[in-house]
Amino acid sequence: MTEAVSKAGRWIDLANPTRFINFAGIVLPWLVGITLLVLAAGLWMSFQAPDDYQQGSTVKIMFIHVPFAWLSMMCYTVMSISAIGTLVWRHPLADVSAKAAAPIGAAFTALALITGSLWGKPMWGTWWVWDARLTSVFVLFLMYLGIIALTRAMDDPAKSSKATAILTLVGFINIPIIKFSVDWWNTLHQPASVIRMGGPTIHPSLLWPLLVMAVGFTLLFFTLHIMAMRNEIWRRRVVAMRRIAARSAERRGV
Amino acid sequence: MTHTAFVLASYGVSIAVLAALVGWILIDQRTQRLALQELETRGVRRRSEARTDNAS
Repeated sequence: MTEAVSKAGRWIDLANPTRFINFAGIVLPWLVGITLLVLAAGLWMSFQAPDDYQQGSTVKIMFIHVPFAWLSMMCYTVMSISAIGTLVWRHPLADVSAKAAAPIGAAFTALALITGSLWGKPMWGTWWVWDARLTSVFVLFLMYLGIIALTRAMDDPAKSSKATAILTLVGFINIPIIKFSVDWWNTLHQPASVIRMGGPTIHPSLLWPLLVMAVGFTLLFFTLHIMAMRNEIWRRRVVAMRRIAARSAERRGV
Repeated sequence: MTHTAFVLASYGVSIAVLAALVGWILIDQRTQRLALQELETRGVRRRSEARTDNAS
């Protein structure tokens, strides 16, 4: 027990907010640079990629739609891991991570839905159908909105962190449902064509731009997540310092 | 049949949403930085910093 506590103590020390801010200051300039380079390369490759023999130019939508959809699920997974950090270690940085990730995840999920809709209209003949894939991703979007509301509903993050963590973990059940919805149910949305048993079914001329774009947007996610986490730590410091200032002003008043 | 409008709309919406997200994070960063600076110039310190000062 004592050993477990001291181990957790060391781990917590390693991830303390001040150290995180120092780490962010060093890492962010590099991360921003690499993100911009990879995204620029990905965009150039997407622009150079040939049109699909069936889908024509709309295959270009794939290069952004698929990374957004992947990231919508990866962001939720990051939030679920953070939720475990909040519940098991009660680490404040875990709650900061979950709170900072939620709006970014919501933005990527919204973009996956919008670009999917813009791809669906010319290829399927409809903007939207309530099939299992589209519905489960829409549920994911609603869950992000719920978590955003909950994390910002209370002034004291200590009060909302546990509730948010439990809600996030309960919602994680949706992630495998999204991934396997195309296999479990008969959907208008196509089944997996990149991460599947037996390898990707996409021609390399289209697969490479897609993978580079996916790496670029993943880097963008981590850049924005670290920036948003740093903002959240600063916000909590400002609140704490204002409280101290108010208390000392009160004492002087008496 | 070309579908250029759908492709352009997809990229346009994506750029707009991501620009708004980045803009919001940068504005938030500026707001928090200025608030921290203002508190520090007023001489307000966090409890952890006060403790370090006492110890030294």
